[in-house]
Amino acid sequence: MALYRDQAVVLHTWKLGEADRILALLTAGHGQIRAVAKGVRKTRSKFGGRLEPTCHVDVQLHKGRSDLQIVTQAESLDTFATLRSDPDRFAEASAMLEVVERLAPEGEGDRRRYDMLVGALRTLDRRPSPLLVPAFFLKVLAHEGLAPSLDACVRCQATEPLVAVDIGEGGVLCDGCRRGRPVSESALAVMRAVLGGHLATALEVEDARVCGEVDAVATDAVEYHLERRVRSRRVMEQA
Amino acid sequence: MYADAVQQVIDELGRLPGIGPRSAQRLAFHLLETDPTDVERLTAAIVEMRSRVRFCTRCSNISEDDLCTICADTRREGSVLCVVEEPRDVVAVERTAEFRGRYHVLGGSISPIDGVGPDQLRIRELLARLEPEAVAEVILATNPNIEGEATAMYLARLLEPLGVEVTKIASGLPVGGDLEYADELTLGRALEGRRRLGGD
Ligand SMILES: [Zn+2]
Ligand SMILES: [Zn+2]
Repeated sequence: MALYRDQAVVLHTWKLGEADRILALLTAGHGQIRAVAKGVRKTRSKFGGRLEPTCHVDVQLHKGRSDLQIVTQAESLDTFATLRSDPDRFAEASAMLEVVERLAPEGEGDRRRYDMLVGALRTLDRRPSPLLVPAFFLKVLAHEGLAPSLDACVRCQATEPLVAVDIGEGGVLCDGCRRGRPVSESALAVMRAVLGGHLATALEVEDARVCGEVDAVATDAVEYHLERRVRSRRVMEQA
Repeated sequence: MYADAVQQVIDELGRLPGIGPRSAQRLAFHLLETDPTDVERLTAAIVEMRSRVRFCTRCSNISEDDLCTICADTRREGSVLCVVEEPRDVVAVERTAEFRGRYHVLGGSISPIDGVGPDQLRIRELLARLEPEAVAEVILATNPNIEGEATAMYLARLLEPLGVEVTKIASGLPVGGDLEYADELTLGRALEGRRRLGGD
Protein backbone atom coordinates (compact mmCIF):
# COMPACT_ATOMS: atom_id res chain seq x y z
CA MET A 1 0.00 0.00 0.00
CA ALA A 2 2.69 2.52 -0.92
CA LEU A 3 0.36 4.79 -2.89
CA TYR A 4 -3.38 4.99 -2.25
CA ARG A 5 -6.39 7.27 -2.64
CA ASP A 6 -8.92 8.28 -0.05
CA GLN A 7 -11.29 11.12 0.76
CA ALA A 8 -10.51 13.38 3.65
CA VAL A 9 -11.36 16.47 5.67
CA VAL A 10 -8.41 18.62 6.76
CA LEU A 11 -8.74 18.96 10.54
CA HIS A 12 -5.66 20.88 11.61
CA THR A 13 -2.39 22.04 10.08
CA TRP A 14 1.03 22.95 11.43
CA LYS A 15 3.87 24.71 9.69
CA LEU A 16 6.83 22.51 8.93
CA GLY A 17 10.17 23.93 7.85
CA GLU A 18 10.24 26.67 5.25
CA ALA A 19 7.28 25.89 3.04
CA ASP A 20 5.64 22.61 4.13
CA ARG A 21 2.75 21.76 6.40
CA ILE A 22 1.84 18.77 8.49
CA LEU A 23 -1.85 17.96 8.15
CA ALA A 24 -4.17 16.07 10.46
CA LEU A 25 -6.69 14.47 8.09
CA LEU A 26 -9.86 12.58 8.87
CA THR A 27 -10.09 10.09 6.03
CA ALA A 28 -13.12 8.07 5.01
CA GLY A 29 -11.29 4.76 4.89
CA HIS A 30 -8.28 5.02 7.18
CA GLY A 31 -9.41 7.11 10.15
CA GLN A 32 -7.26 9.98 11.27
CA ILE A 33 -3.82 10.26 9.69
CA ARG A 34 -0.91 12.68 9.72
CA ALA A 35 0.57 13.64 6.38
CA VAL A 36 2.99 16.19 4.99
CA ALA A 37 2.02 18.54 2.17
CA LYS A 38 5.28 19.66 0.62
CA GLY A 39 5.62 23.22 -0.60
CA VAL A 40 2.00 23.99 0.28
CA ARG A 41 2.85 27.39 1.76
CA LYS A 42 4.46 28.64 -1.44
CA THR A 43 2.15 30.92 -3.41
CA ARG A 44 2.76 28.75 -6.47
CA SER A 45 2.01 25.45 -4.78
CA LYS A 46 0.03 23.01 -6.93
CA PHE A 47 -2.19 22.40 -3.89
CA GLY A 48 -3.38 26.02 -3.80
CA GLY A 49 -6.00 26.47 -1.11
CA ARG A 50 -7.12 22.83 -1.13
CA LEU A 51 -5.31 21.65 1.97
CA GLU A 52 -6.46 24.11 4.59
CA PRO A 53 -8.55 23.35 7.69
CA THR A 54 -12.21 22.56 6.74
CA CYS A 55 -11.27 21.53 3.17
CA HIS A 56 -12.93 18.35 1.90
CA VAL A 57 -10.68 16.67 -0.64
CA ASP A 58 -9.93 13.58 -2.63
CA VAL A 59 -6.29 12.83 -1.87
CA GLN A 60 -3.56 10.56 -3.07
CA LEU A 61 -1.22 9.60 -0.27
CA HIS A 62 2.15 7.94 -0.19
CA LYS A 63 2.92 5.76 2.77
CA GLY A 64 6.65 5.46 3.19
CA ARG A 65 8.76 4.12 6.01
CA SER A 66 8.34 7.14 8.26
CA ASP A 67 5.28 7.78 10.46
CA LEU A 68 4.28 10.68 8.28
CA GLN A 69 2.60 10.01 4.98
CA ILE A 70 3.03 12.34 2.01
CA VAL A 71 0.19 14.01 0.11
CA THR A 72 0.99 13.63 -3.59
CA GLN A 73 -2.29 14.93 -5.09
CA ALA A 74 -5.40 16.70 -3.85
CA GLU A 75 -8.66 17.53 -5.62
CA SER A 76 -11.50 19.52 -4.03
CA LEU A 77 -14.73 17.72 -3.23
CA ASP A 78 -16.29 20.70 -1.42
CA THR A 79 -15.03 24.24 -1.16
CA PHE A 80 -16.83 25.76 1.77
CA ALA A 81 -16.81 29.39 0.67
CA THR A 82 -18.70 30.85 3.61
CA LEU A 83 -16.52 29.07 6.15
CA ARG A 84 -13.67 31.11 4.66
CA SER A 85 -15.48 34.42 4.50
CA ASP A 86 -17.22 34.46 7.88
CA PRO A 87 -14.92 34.35 10.93
CA ASP A 88 -17.68 33.15 13.26
CA ARG A 89 -18.56 30.24 11.01
CA PHE A 90 -14.86 29.43 10.66
CA ALA A 91 -14.67 29.28 14.47
CA GLU A 92 -17.72 26.99 14.58
CA ALA A 93 -16.21 24.71 11.95
CA SER A 94 -12.96 24.74 13.93
CA ALA A 95 -14.79 23.55 17.05
CA MET A 96 -16.09 20.51 15.16
CA LEU A 97 -12.67 19.79 13.64
CA GLU A 98 -11.02 20.16 17.04
CA VAL A 99 -13.34 17.64 18.69
CA VAL A 100 -12.96 15.13 15.86
CA GLU A 101 -9.17 15.52 15.96
CA ARG A 102 -9.26 14.60 19.66
CA LEU A 103 -11.75 11.75 19.33
CA ALA A 104 -10.84 9.96 16.14
CA PRO A 105 -8.15 7.32 16.53
CA GLU A 106 -5.34 7.05 14.00
CA GLY A 107 -5.54 4.54 11.19
CA GLU A 108 -8.96 3.15 12.08
CA GLY A 109 -11.59 3.93 9.46
CA ASP A 110 -15.07 4.93 10.63
CA ARG A 111 -17.31 5.90 7.75
CA ARG A 112 -20.17 7.09 9.97
CA ARG A 113 -17.98 9.55 11.90
CA TYR A 114 -16.56 10.82 8.62
CA ASP A 115 -20.01 11.29 7.07
CA MET A 116 -21.21 13.14 10.17
CA LEU A 117 -18.36 15.63 9.91
CA VAL A 118 -18.76 16.22 6.18
CA GLY A 119 -22.53 16.62 6.61
CA ALA A 120 -22.14 19.09 9.47
CA LEU A 121 -19.62 21.20 7.51
CA ARG A 122 -21.95 21.30 4.51
CA THR A 123 -24.86 22.41 6.68
CA LEU A 124 -22.74 25.05 8.41
CA ASP A 125 -21.63 26.38 5.03
CA ARG A 126 -25.15 26.61 3.59
CA ARG A 127 -27.65 26.87 6.42
CA PRO A 128 -26.03 27.73 9.75
CA SER A 129 -28.02 27.37 12.93
CA PRO A 130 -27.12 28.25 16.52
CA LEU A 131 -27.63 24.61 17.46
CA LEU A 132 -25.48 23.08 14.76
CA VAL A 133 -22.25 22.80 16.75
CA PRO A 134 -23.87 21.58 20.01
CA ALA A 135 -25.94 19.08 18.01
CA PHE A 136 -22.77 17.85 16.31
CA PHE A 137 -21.09 17.41 19.71
CA LEU A 138 -24.04 15.34 20.98
CA LYS A 139 -24.19 13.20 17.82
CA VAL A 140 -20.47 12.51 17.87
CA LEU A 141 -20.63 11.56 21.56
CA ALA A 142 -23.61 9.30 20.90
CA HIS A 143 -21.64 7.60 18.12
CA GLU A 144 -18.87 6.88 20.65
CA GLY A 145 -21.46 5.62 23.14
CA LEU A 146 -20.83 8.62 25.37
CA ALA A 147 -24.02 10.67 25.01
CA PRO A 148 -25.70 11.86 28.21
CA SER A 149 -28.75 9.83 29.13
CA LEU A 150 -31.83 12.08 28.93
CA ASP A 151 -34.94 9.94 29.40
CA ALA A 152 -35.03 9.24 33.13
CA CYS A 153 -33.21 10.40 36.26
CA VAL A 154 -29.82 8.68 36.23
CA ARG A 155 -30.01 8.20 40.03
CA CYS A 156 -33.59 7.11 40.75
CA GLN A 157 -35.08 6.42 37.30
CA ALA A 158 -37.93 8.90 37.88
CA THR A 159 -39.17 10.22 34.54
CA GLU A 160 -40.46 13.59 35.80
CA PRO A 161 -39.92 16.30 36.68
CA LEU A 162 -36.44 16.27 35.13
CA VAL A 163 -34.70 19.52 36.00
CA ALA A 164 -30.91 19.25 35.75
CA VAL A 165 -28.05 17.59 33.87
CA ASP A 166 -24.85 16.41 35.47
CA ILE A 167 -22.43 15.03 32.89
CA GLY A 168 -20.26 13.35 35.52
CA GLU A 169 -23.34 11.46 36.74
CA GLY A 170 -24.13 10.45 33.17
CA GLY A 171 -27.18 12.57 32.34
CA VAL A 172 -30.44 14.04 33.52
CA LEU A 173 -31.65 14.28 37.15
CA CYS A 174 -35.05 14.69 38.76
CA ASP A 175 -36.13 17.39 41.17
CA GLY A 176 -35.28 15.24 44.20
CA CYS A 177 -31.82 14.19 43.00
CA ARG A 178 -30.96 17.49 41.30
CA ARG A 179 -27.33 18.53 40.93
CA GLY A 180 -25.15 19.96 38.17
CA ARG A 181 -26.58 22.35 35.62
CA PRO A 182 -30.30 23.30 35.71
CA VAL A 183 -31.98 22.56 32.40
CA SER A 184 -35.44 23.38 30.99
CA GLU A 185 -37.95 20.93 29.58
CA SER A 186 -37.57 22.61 26.15
CA ALA A 187 -33.81 22.17 26.12
CA LEU A 188 -34.22 18.49 27.06
CA ALA A 189 -36.73 18.06 24.25
CA VAL A 190 -34.28 19.58 21.75
CA MET A 191 -31.45 17.30 22.88
CA ARG A 192 -33.72 14.23 22.68
CA ALA A 193 -34.69 15.26 19.15
CA VAL A 194 -31.01 15.58 18.16
CA LEU A 195 -30.20 12.15 19.56
CA GLY A 196 -33.44 10.56 18.40
CA GLY A 197 -32.98 11.15 14.68
CA HIS A 198 -34.89 14.43 14.40
CA LEU A 199 -31.89 16.64 13.81
CA ALA A 200 -33.49 18.77 11.09
CA THR A 201 -36.38 19.71 13.39
CA ALA A 202 -34.00 20.48 16.24
CA LEU A 203 -31.91 22.78 14.04
CA GLU A 204 -35.00 24.96 13.43
CA VAL A 205 -35.00 26.05 17.08
CA GLU A 206 -33.72 29.59 17.46
CA ASP A 207 -34.83 30.55 20.96
CA ALA A 208 -31.65 32.05 22.43
CA ARG A 209 -32.23 30.72 25.96
CA VAL A 210 -32.90 27.15 24.82
CA CYS A 211 -29.94 27.22 22.41
CA GLY A 212 -27.72 28.53 25.19
CA GLU A 213 -28.76 25.70 27.52
CA VAL A 214 -28.20 23.01 24.90
CA ASP A 215 -24.85 24.52 23.98
CA ALA A 216 -23.76 24.55 27.62
CA VAL A 217 -24.72 20.90 28.19
CA ALA A 218 -23.17 19.70 24.91
CA THR A 219 -19.94 21.61 25.50
CA ASP A 220 -19.78 20.31 29.10
CA ALA A 221 -20.29 16.77 27.84
CA VAL A 222 -17.67 16.91 25.12
CA GLU A 223 -15.11 18.62 27.40
CA TYR A 224 -15.78 16.09 30.15
CA HIS A 225 -15.08 13.18 27.83
CA LEU A 226 -12.09 14.78 26.09
CA GLU A 227 -10.74 15.86 29.47
CA ARG A 228 -9.86 19.23 28.01
CA ARG A 229 -11.40 22.48 26.87
CA VAL A 230 -12.61 23.00 23.32
CA ARG A 231 -10.51 26.05 22.54
CA SER A 232 -12.31 26.96 19.32
CA ARG A 233 -15.55 27.33 21.28
CA ARG A 234 -14.22 30.24 23.30
CA VAL A 235 -11.79 32.41 21.36
CA MET A 236 -14.33 34.46 19.41
CA GLU A 237 -16.47 35.28 22.45
CA GLN A 238 -13.88 37.37 24.22
CA ALA A 239 -13.66 40.31 21.87
CA MET B 1 28.52 9.50 19.04
CA TYR B 2 30.41 12.82 18.95
CA ALA B 3 32.31 14.75 21.60
CA ASP B 4 29.78 16.35 23.96
CA ALA B 5 30.57 19.88 22.77
CA VAL B 6 29.90 18.94 19.14
CA GLN B 7 26.71 17.09 20.00
CA GLN B 8 25.47 20.11 21.91
CA VAL B 9 25.91 22.37 18.86
CA ILE B 10 24.17 19.78 16.66
CA ASP B 11 21.24 19.65 19.09
CA GLU B 12 20.94 23.45 19.24
CA LEU B 13 21.12 23.88 15.45
CA GLY B 14 18.60 21.07 15.02
CA ARG B 15 16.05 23.11 16.94
CA LEU B 16 16.06 25.83 14.27
CA PRO B 17 13.21 25.85 11.75
CA GLY B 18 13.95 23.97 8.55
CA ILE B 19 17.08 22.28 9.91
CA GLY B 20 16.91 18.53 10.28
CA PRO B 21 19.46 16.35 12.06
CA ARG B 22 21.59 15.87 8.94
CA SER B 23 21.79 19.58 8.13
CA ALA B 24 22.56 20.31 11.79
CA GLN B 25 25.43 17.84 11.65
CA ARG B 26 26.77 19.32 8.42
CA LEU B 27 26.62 22.86 9.82
CA ALA B 28 28.33 21.83 13.06
CA PHE B 29 31.23 20.23 11.17
CA HIS B 30 31.45 23.23 8.90
CA LEU B 31 31.76 25.48 11.95
CA LEU B 32 34.51 23.24 13.32
CA GLU B 33 36.55 23.77 10.16
CA THR B 34 35.88 27.50 9.99
CA ASP B 35 38.40 30.10 11.08
CA PRO B 36 37.74 30.85 14.81
CA THR B 37 37.43 34.61 14.21
CA ASP B 38 34.63 33.97 11.69
CA VAL B 39 32.80 31.86 14.23
CA GLU B 40 33.23 34.57 16.84
CA ARG B 41 31.81 37.15 14.46
CA LEU B 42 28.77 34.95 13.88
CA THR B 43 28.09 34.31 17.56
CA ALA B 44 28.68 37.99 18.40
CA ALA B 45 26.23 39.04 15.68
CA ILE B 46 23.56 36.72 17.09
CA VAL B 47 24.07 37.96 20.65
CA GLU B 48 24.08 41.56 19.45
CA MET B 49 20.86 41.08 17.53
CA ARG B 50 19.11 39.56 20.50
CA SER B 51 20.20 42.30 22.86
CA ARG B 52 19.47 45.24 20.53
CA VAL B 53 16.39 44.25 18.61
CA ARG B 54 12.95 44.60 20.18
CA PHE B 55 9.49 45.47 18.93
CA CYS B 56 8.35 48.91 17.81
CA THR B 57 6.05 50.33 20.48
CA ARG B 58 3.69 51.63 17.82
CA CYS B 59 3.47 49.00 15.06
CA SER B 60 5.21 45.95 16.64
CA ASN B 61 7.62 45.65 13.73
CA ILE B 62 11.14 44.67 14.77
CA SER B 63 13.14 47.70 15.80
CA GLU B 64 16.32 48.83 17.51
CA ASP B 65 14.64 51.83 19.09
CA ASP B 66 11.30 52.71 20.61
CA LEU B 67 10.01 53.33 17.11
CA CYS B 68 11.02 51.28 14.10
CA THR B 69 12.67 53.03 11.13
CA ILE B 70 9.36 53.11 9.23
CA CYS B 71 7.36 54.66 12.08
CA ALA B 72 10.16 57.14 12.71
CA ASP B 73 10.41 58.14 9.04
CA THR B 74 8.44 61.41 8.67
CA ARG B 75 8.30 61.03 4.88
CA ARG B 76 5.99 58.02 5.19
CA GLU B 77 2.29 58.67 4.79
CA GLY B 78 0.69 58.41 8.20
CA SER B 79 -2.89 58.17 6.96
CA VAL B 80 -2.52 54.72 5.37
CA LEU B 81 -1.85 51.63 7.48
CA CYS B 82 -0.98 48.24 6.06
CA VAL B 83 -1.95 45.44 8.47
CA VAL B 84 0.21 42.30 8.31
CA GLU B 85 0.59 39.15 10.40
CA GLU B 86 4.34 39.11 11.07
CA PRO B 87 7.40 41.39 10.81
CA ARG B 88 8.55 39.17 7.91
CA ASP B 89 5.53 40.39 5.96
CA VAL B 90 6.62 44.02 6.43
CA VAL B 91 9.85 43.09 4.67
CA ALA B 92 7.90 41.41 1.86
CA VAL B 93 5.66 44.44 1.26
CA GLU B 94 8.62 46.84 1.52
CA ARG B 95 10.41 44.90 -1.20
CA THR B 96 7.69 45.86 -3.67
CA ALA B 97 8.53 49.57 -3.16
CA GLU B 98 4.83 50.19 -3.90
CA PHE B 99 3.72 51.23 -0.45
CA ARG B 100 4.51 54.56 1.21
CA GLY B 101 2.34 54.33 4.32
CA ARG B 102 3.03 52.69 7.68
CA TYR B 103 2.39 49.21 9.09
CA HIS B 104 0.67 47.42 11.90
CA VAL B 105 1.89 43.93 12.82
CA LEU B 106 -0.81 41.72 14.38
CA GLY B 107 1.47 38.97 15.65
CA GLY B 108 -0.40 36.14 13.90
CA SER B 109 -3.86 35.31 12.57
CA ILE B 110 -7.14 33.99 13.95
CA SER B 111 -6.84 30.23 14.48
CA PRO B 112 -9.54 29.05 16.89
CA ILE B 113 -8.25 25.47 17.06
CA ASP B 114 -4.89 26.81 18.28
CA GLY B 115 -6.60 29.04 20.82
CA VAL B 116 -5.82 32.22 18.88
CA GLY B 117 -8.73 34.65 18.66
CA PRO B 118 -8.95 38.44 18.30
CA ASP B 119 -7.80 38.96 21.91
CA GLN B 120 -4.54 37.14 21.24
CA LEU B 121 -3.66 39.50 18.37
CA ARG B 122 -2.67 43.18 18.54
CA ILE B 123 -6.09 44.39 17.41
CA ARG B 124 -6.81 46.67 20.36
CA GLU B 125 -3.49 48.39 19.63
CA LEU B 126 -4.57 48.86 16.01
CA LEU B 127 -7.84 50.49 17.02
CA ALA B 128 -5.97 52.78 19.40
CA ARG B 129 -3.86 54.13 16.51
CA LEU B 130 -6.71 55.20 14.24
CA GLU B 131 -7.60 58.52 15.85
CA PRO B 132 -4.24 59.90 17.03
CA GLU B 133 -2.63 59.09 13.68
CA ALA B 134 -5.64 60.27 11.64
CA VAL B 135 -5.74 57.00 9.71
CA ALA B 136 -8.00 57.23 6.65
CA GLU B 137 -7.30 53.86 5.03
CA VAL B 138 -6.40 50.44 6.37
CA ILE B 139 -5.03 47.92 3.88
CA LEU B 140 -5.46 44.33 5.02
CA ALA B 141 -2.48 42.25 3.90
CA THR B 142 -2.92 39.06 5.90
CA ASN B 143 -1.91 35.72 4.39
CA PRO B 144 -4.27 34.42 1.67
CA ASN B 145 -5.02 31.29 3.70
CA ILE B 146 -8.14 30.47 5.73
CA GLU B 147 -6.77 31.93 8.99
CA GLY B 148 -5.57 35.09 7.25
CA GLU B 149 -8.92 35.52 5.50
CA ALA B 150 -10.84 35.06 8.74
CA THR B 151 -8.63 37.72 10.32
CA ALA B 152 -9.16 40.13 7.42
CA MET B 153 -12.95 39.64 7.48
CA TYR B 154 -13.01 40.14 11.23
CA LEU B 155 -11.01 43.36 10.95
CA ALA B 156 -13.14 44.66 8.08
CA ARG B 157 -16.27 44.12 10.17
CA LEU B 158 -14.66 45.96 13.08
CA LEU B 159 -13.15 48.87 11.15
CA GLU B 160 -15.80 49.75 8.58
CA PRO B 161 -18.31 51.17 11.09
CA LEU B 162 -15.55 53.45 12.40
CA GLY B 163 -15.49 55.38 9.13
CA VAL B 164 -12.09 54.11 7.98
CA GLU B 165 -11.72 52.97 4.39
CA VAL B 166 -10.84 49.28 4.47
CA THR B 167 -9.22 47.60 1.49
CA LYS B 168 -7.74 44.15 1.08
CA ILE B 169 -4.84 43.17 -1.12
CA ALA B 170 -6.04 41.31 -4.20
CA SER B 171 -5.51 37.57 -4.29
CA GLY B 172 -5.35 35.76 -7.55
CA LEU B 173 -3.04 34.00 -9.89
CA PRO B 174 0.70 33.98 -9.29
CA VAL B 175 2.56 35.83 -12.03
CA GLY B 176 4.30 33.42 -14.38
CA GLY B 177 1.99 30.45 -13.76
CA ASP B 178 -0.35 28.55 -16.07
CA LEU B 179 -4.09 29.04 -15.66
CA GLU B 180 -4.84 25.33 -15.92
CA TYR B 181 -2.81 24.59 -12.80
CA ALA B 182 -4.67 27.07 -10.59
CA ASP B 183 -6.87 25.52 -7.92
CA GLU B 184 -10.55 26.50 -7.97
CA LEU B 185 -10.29 28.77 -4.91
CA THR B 186 -7.45 30.81 -6.37
CA LEU B 187 -9.08 31.03 -9.78
CA GLY B 188 -12.40 31.97 -8.12
CA ARG B 189 -10.70 34.79 -6.23
CA ALA B 190 -8.97 35.98 -9.37
CA LEU B 191 -12.33 36.15 -11.17
CA GLU B 192 -13.91 37.97 -8.24
CA GLY B 193 -11.11 40.52 -8.19
CA ARG B 194 -11.03 41.08 -11.97
CA ARG B 195 -10.67 44.64 -13.19
CA ARG B 196 -11.26 46.65 -16.30
CA LEU B 197 -8.39 46.86 -18.74
CA GLY B 198 -7.29 50.11 -20.29
CA GLY B 199 -7.80 52.33 -17.26
CA ASP B 200 -10.95 54.11 -16.16
ZN1 LIG C 1 -33.95 11.17 40.80
ZN1 LIG D 1 6.90 50.84 13.88
